[in-house]
Amino acid sequence: MSPAYAYYPGCSGLGTSMEYEQSTRAICEALDVNLVDIPDWSCCGSTPAHTVDHTLSCALAARNLGLVEKMGLDTVITPCPSCLTNLKTAVHRMGDEEFMRRVNSLLDEPVGNTVRVKSVLQALIEDVGPEKLAERVVRPLSGLRVAPYYGCIMNRPPEVMEFDDHENPVAMDRLMEAIGAEVAPFPLKVECCGASFGVARKDVVARLSGKLLDLAEANQAMAMVTACPLCQMNLDLRQGQINAATKSQHEMPVFYYTQLIGLALGLDESSLGLNKLCVNPGLALREAERKTAEAAS
Amino acid sequence: MEILDLSNSRDDEFISQVEEESGQRVRLCYQCGNCTAGCPYTFAFDIPVSRMMRLLQAGQKDQILSSHSVWLCATCESCTTRCPNGIDVARIVDVLRHMARREGYATERGVKVFWDSFLESVAKHGRVYEMGLLTSYIAKTGKVWTDAELGPRILPKGKLHLTPSRIQGREAVARIFQRYKEASK
Ligand code: SF4
Ligand code: SF4
Repeated sequence: MSPAYAYYPGCSGLGTSMEYEQSTRAICEALDVNLVDIPDWSCCGSTPAHTVDHTLSCALAARNLGLVEKMGLDTVITPCPSCLTNLKTAVHRMGDEEFMRRVNSLLDEPVGNTVRVKSVLQALIEDVGPEKLAERVVRPLSGLRVAPYYGCIMNRPPEVMEFDDHENPVAMDRLMEAIGAEVAPFPLKVECCGASFGVARKDVVARLSGKLLDLAEANQAMAMVTACPLCQMNLDLRQGQINAATKSQHEMPVFYYTQLIGLALGLDESSLGLNKLCVNPGLALREAERKTAEAAS
Repeated sequence: MEILDLSNSRDDEFISQVEEESGQRVRLCYQCGNCTAGCPYTFAFDIPVSRMMRLLQAGQKDQILSSHSVWLCATCESCTTRCPNGIDVARIVDVLRHMARREGYATERGVKVFWDSFLESVAKHGRVYEMGLLTSYIAKTGKVWTDAELGPRILPKGKLHLTPSRIQGREAVARIFQRYKEASK
């Protein structure tokens, strides 16, 4: 078993992105990535906190970093790019002593800023790696052509995120290739989907997410693959709204990359939360199977 | 185009305050327009981000703080990543938004209410409670949930819980908000 990571699931993992959470845990277990839950973790503040104040925002993130320090672990990983950004930004900015002092003055117990933060994606690439993943595949998804979409903040800004390429990230592409899927070109990998404006400004989401769906379809992707709860929700749950607003007729399944890895590892579909997706992925998966069988015969 | 009388309307204190709070040097911007070219929100902004930088150099406080752009920026980090002068533009916009808040500007009320409802939920439960957040948003905006048509899609999935997930440390989180409020008085 590899060294243990402290695990920060993030609030949406308990609700709207529970299938991301379920499938992340399932594949980490299957791949011997050892996750230890942070006891009593709290919200990192997400986007709303940093729009109010940077010290407040970092303090909300830092409370959790403090809990990790107490666990005696040196690295925390999270599936959610928004949590990732907040945790990483807190670590980055607390490099400034004066700022760290202000953050600590908001906390019950001061933190030492000793913890490293990574995404689950980064842990999978660095700790497991595409080769080892490929060896464990029992059900290659070779008939499935996917468009990997990373979202805007997983890799940006590079000085803070320190992972993969900030204009053309490839970590998810590599993992998709390792499970046998075909990766469609997707030049809008790091464009914004409309973020958290879904409730207050649907028009913005329809336009930005609509562009992403158009491109995936134009490049003959059978599905999109995401690594972010907000991106997934905008593209999947809001696909009907987008279709209505942009006069399109997409019916594009939008997976979490962890769900596809889980499928390829032969994990039980119910442990991957496939039934939680709004656009039914059944058709695309059956089509992929048919193509795989055809190629094999 | 509006003509600015720079000699009368330039607010130098505003410029230094933004520089201080963002840790960025505003005068480094040479108006290449890279940030605006890459900003996915330019179509929705009333002032494109590079123009915001220019107005900032000219100390045009009121114009900037009353813009819709400060509320619509998604902090996607495209501008920050692509600025040839290494300016953390997104951080500047964030700081402008903090100021707009403090000084009572809120040109995108729905956006502000959504964020406020989110944070209230965190202050109360320690984690965000999504259903509660939506209910509170609807109550405050008086808009019957404009996402009502999504209900039948998401409710059967069992993803929206009807009760919050409360943590032991919710009081510790509430204290963070409390101390922040006191410190910023
Ligand atoms: S990219 Fe940088 S230098 Fe160019 S206009 Fe924007 S802020 Fe100014
Ligand atoms: S961070 Fe804001 S201003 Fe900068 S590119 Fe993104 S949306 Fe535009």
